[in-house]
Order: sequence, then C-alpha cells, then structure tokens
Amino acid sequence: MPLDDRYQLAFRLYPYERSADQDAAAPVRHPVVVMGGGPIGIATALDLGLQGIPVTVLDDHEGIGMGSRAICFAKRCLEIADRYGCAQPMLDKGVVWNLGKVFHEDRKVYEFNLLPEEGHRFPAFINLQQPYFEKFMVERVRAAQAEGAPIEIRGKNRVERIETKADHTILHIDTPEGPYTIHADWLIGADGASSPLRGMMGLDFEGRVFQDSFLIADIRMLSDSFPTERWFWFEPSHGAGASTLLHKQPDDVWRVDFQIGWDVDRAEELKEENVRRRLDAMLGGDVAYEIVWSSIYTFQCRRMKQFRHGRVIFAGDAAHQVSPFGARGANSGMQDVDNLGWKLGMVIRGEAPDRLLDSYHEERAFGADENILNSTRATDFITPKSTASHMFRNAVLDLAEHHAFARPLVNSGRLSVPCTYDGLSLTGADALPGGPARTRPGSPCPDAPVGNGYLLNALGGGFTILTLDAEAPETLTEDGVTARRHALSARDDASGALAERYLGSADRAVYLVRPDQHVVARWDRYDETALRAALRRACGKE
Amino acid sequence: MALNTQPNIADPDEFYAELIRAHDGLSDAESAAFNARLVLLLANHVGDRATLTEALAAARKP
Ligand SMILES: Cc1cc2nc3c(=O)[nH]c(=O)nc-3n(C[C@H](O)[C@H](O)[C@H](O)COP(=O)(O)OP(=O)(O)OC[C@H]3O[C@@H](n4cnc5c(N)ncnc54)[C@H](O)[C@@H]3O)c2cc1C
Repeated sequence: MPLDDRYQLAFRLYPYERSADQDAAAPVRHPVVVMGGGPIGIATALDLGLQGIPVTVLDDHEGIGMGSRAICFAKRCLEIADRYGCAQPMLDKGVVWNLGKVFHEDRKVYEFNLLPEEGHRFPAFINLQQPYFEKFMVERVRAAQAEGAPIEIRGKNRVERIETKADHTILHIDTPEGPYTIHADWLIGADGASSPLRGMMGLDFEGRVFQDSFLIADIRMLSDSFPTERWFWFEPSHGAGASTLLHKQPDDVWRVDFQIGWDVDRAEELKEENVRRRLDAMLGGDVAYEIVWSSIYTFQCRRMKQFRHGRVIFAGDAAHQVSPFGARGANSGMQDVDNLGWKLGMVIRGEAPDRLLDSYHEERAFGADENILNSTRATDFITPKSTASHMFRNAVLDLAEHHAFARPLVNSGRLSVPCTYDGLSLTGADALPGGPARTRPGSPCPDAPVGNGYLLNALGGGFTILTLDAEAPETLTEDGVTARRHALSARDDASGALAERYLGSADRAVYLVRPDQHVVARWDRYDETALRAALRRACGKE
Repeated sequence: MALNTQPNIADPDEFYAELIRAHDGLSDAESAAFNARLVLLLANHVGDRATLTEALAAARKP
C-alpha cells in the first residue's frame, strides 16, 4: 500500500527524515516506541521523555491533521499539559466560556452560568481547535529535545505489521524510502479509534454504535450576534438538524454540529451548497460566513476488554471511544498518559514490579467505563431512541422552562471531570476524620491558591508527602522509592480554599500524593509505618 | 423512606375524577406527554432515590 495521506495536514511538523535505524545491519532495539503521533502519542512521548526515558514516536503522517475534532479541553487535561510544560500557550489561545443556553424548538428553555470555582490556575475548560492543542505539545517536544530530552518523532513511518515476543515487540515499518524493522521493549498503541495495532493483534473493541450521524461544520464569521456561549437546540424549528450545537472557538470560528439522522448520503450532505442550506436555515440567510471545515461523524461508545497485553499497552482512542457529548475523548486520553507515564517509568527504571502496569488497565478502564456511561446518557437524552424516551426528554425540556427542578435533568453533555480511583488496588486508606470527600484517596488533587502561586505546581513528577500544619520528615525512602515532603499551612491561603479542599473539619493533615497528582492515602498525622505501607501499595508492591 | 402503598389520599374518588378530568380534550399523544410531565413533577417531590426505585419496580410489576 502506498504511503498516501488519509487526511489533510494543518501543520506539517515532522516531515519524513531518514533515520540511522534504516541503515543498521540488525534491527535497533528501543526502550519505548509509541505508535501514533496524535495528542495521546505526543503526550506519552513528553511524559516519558521528560523522565529521561528514550521514546520514539512513529506516525504515518508528517504532521497534525486538519479537521478540528476536539474543541473542549477540560481543567484536568490542562493541568496534565501543565505538568508537561505546554498548558500556557493553550490557555493563551483558548476561549473561555461560562454561559450556556438551551433551546427547544424556537424557545429558550433556560440558560446556565457555570460560575467557575475560584482558586484554580485553570478554568473548567477552554475551547481550542485540536490542531492547536497538538501543535503546542509538539512545540514543547522540540523545546524538550533542545534541553536534551530523548524524544524522537518519525513522520511518514507507518507500522505495517508487528510480532509480539515475551519481552519485546518487533515492528515492521514502511517509509517513503522503503521498509525497515525495529524492536521495542515496550510498545504504546496510541493509533486512534480505528487502531491498526488492535487489528494486527486481533483484539476486540466492542460497544454500542449510535444510529445517528452528525454533520460538523466549523465556520468563520465576524458576528456579534453569537457571543462566546454554548447554545444547544433540541428539535430546532429551523429544521436543519434534530439537534444543533453552536460553540465558539478561537480565530472567529464557530463549531456548528447538526444531528442529521442515520440514513444519510454522506457525499450529498457534504456538498457545500447542502452544508450552507443547513447553516443558512439556522443562522438566518443574511449572516456572512466562510466554511473552514466540515465532516460527518457517527459515534460509538466502546472500549477494549484489556488495555494491557504484556509489553503492548493501549492508550487514548485506541483503547476506548466515546461519543463527543461531554468532551471526554482527548480529555480522558490525556488522563491515560498521566496514569501510564510514571508507572512505565518506574518499571523501566526497576523501581517497581511489572505488575504496577496492570493497575494502569484497572484504573483507566474504570475511568473509561465512567466516561462511556456519561456520554451514553447524554447521547440517549439528545437522540432518544424510543417513543417513551422521546416523550420524557421533551417533558423534561417543557418543565425546565418553568421549573428549576427539571434543569439538572437536561443533559446535552456533562463536563469531563477526572474519576476517583475509589477502592482500586493502589488506593490506600482514608484516615483523616473530617477530611473533604473531594480529596479522599484515589482523587485527583484539586488545585488551590498557595502564596503567589498554585498548589498543583508543587505536586507530581514523584511521590509527595503533602503536610498541612503537620510534622513529617523531609524525605521518606521505601524500597528505593523516595517521597518528598511539601509542607504547607492553612495560613498559606488567605482565601480559605486550601483548608476547605484539604482539611475540611480537620486541624491538620498528611497526604501521600502520586506522581500523577492523585491521592494515595491521607492521615491526621505522620505515621511512618502507614506511610511506608501506602507507598509500597502505590508502587504495586503490596 | 419506604414506598407507601397504603391508602394515603384523603378523598380518593375526587382525586381520581380530577386526574381523569385533567386529560379531557387531550389527544393520546398529548395525554402521554401530560403523564410524563406529571411523573417528573411527582418524582421530584418524592425526591428520595430508594423510594423512586421502589416505585419504578412496583409500577412495572403491579
Ligand atoms: C467530532 C469530534 C469532536 C470531538 N470533540 C472532543 C472534545 O471536545 N474534547 C475531547 O477531549 N475530545 C473530543 N473528541 C475526541 C478526540 O478528537 C480524540 O479523543 C483524540 O483525537 C484521540 O487522540 P489519539 O491520539 O488517541 O488518537 P488520534 O488523534 O486519532 O491519533 C492517532 C494517530 O495515529 C496515527 N496512526 C494510525 N495508524 C498508524 C500506523 N499504522 N502507523 C503509524 N501511525 C498511525 C494517525 O495518523 C494519528 O496521527 C472529538 C472527536 C470528534 C470526532
């Protein structure tokens, strides 16, 4: 098969270059190879590369695809990107919105203000075209490379075939200059929803297909009549779609998303005149706009049974796919990377046993199930599949116009929030009486203002003993793994957010925090034996 | 709070008549939509999740 592009590029960031591996007498062995240079593959490379672990990304294109698929990037995703050092440009470029309006037919049913919680470095989410999100990460890779991070991205390197061995994988790669072979101790499958790797390994990917198509058009218009808000129409009277979403992106671009039914003639629907017919019906004929990009999608909710297969580990869309309502695709993929990066790093450095990686599947499959549940529910509300379901949906909308109680039932997508690894293998005990539920063991640490900065900047990378008005030694080393103390006092934050999020009604607290900023366990005082046990547990040694 | 399935409405005949009257002049589709709204209003009034689950089970299997 020739190496033709399957999609147009927005940014050509890693043109094909011949690598020394192609001229090597015997296949060169790499510690980690990432298959796929989408957002999840590039983030994986950043996580590992910044730990000093050599990582090679193979992508079958020479840059970032044109169409903006994802546009909503949630707080947790930005916090992870910040750990990798690339969140600031995303924040600078992204659009922040708080006001949403919900319409049924041509009536506004209600509006909501997300009223963000104060005291976080990042907003609840930003709107940003996916190509920018990816570009900022690749730019961070370039900067990290200049600082010596052992990351390599090979464009126009298509993985054609693999052979899995007990302790490595053999990859047969095609390039514009012909094929070559490399070996990888670890192979990360970040090759997207239609994952050829999954196919090569004969692995399942089961779930639910939603019998509906969505026509997505990104349009550029200079208009004041559509403010920076999210507008969602159920059964709009303009008739251009069974539901319609309008959402602002940077560069005067709006995302319009029409639900157009299951049996559609794609080629016909995608003709500019037909896309314009729908847009004109919605916008009213006198608004001038330019179509930047349009595409038709169908959606599915599914995941692999197992994300880990020995030395091959799947992440992002390759491992799980959700409908886009609630923006959980790239957002959850970034959480996969956050979870996998430190575990793989520790196993490669010999600091933790191989079975620590089993907890990657345990935790992220748990996260995927939660995301699938949420996006399935939103999809069922937006596209009801039975008469009764349709009737209740409309009853909710009718009541929501007049009664506050019905508004929480309206579901046009729930904001992506990270899951708490409640009761899973690495999660330890909650021994902080009166501690807030949101920071219980398994939770991602919520941000809080501290002095002139933010708490999360001090957490992550390694294990942290976070103390609030409590004593503890500066370091604790258990079986070759060191946790470092970060000492704070409730007084460090005059707003009270730190105390509210980490103390609750307790006077003092000791938290053990993982490299991915999730809480392992917490106590009301430093207890060396308990801390050592929690640290062992978090490293898969218990 | 367990689902109360003992008589609890003061004037049952009058309530029943009012319920039926409320559907007067509605088409089948409008009646069904009315019922859906009514269920949601009453469910919110009950509020208690366990009771609602019990009610759903009881309605499914009279
Ligand atoms: C319409 C739409 C709207 C969305 N909105 C949101 C949103 O608002 N928020 C959100 O978080 N997510 C959203 N998503 C989901 C998001 O786009 C995906 O979750 C995300 O792109 C997944 O990233 P990935 O790196 O796992 O896979 P991909 O981005 O698909 O990247 C896979 C990469 O692997 C490469 N590859 C494939 N085969 C090979 C091979 N044989 N050899 C080498 N390389 C290969 C591909 O070329 C590609 O570069 C949306 C998706 C759609 C379709």
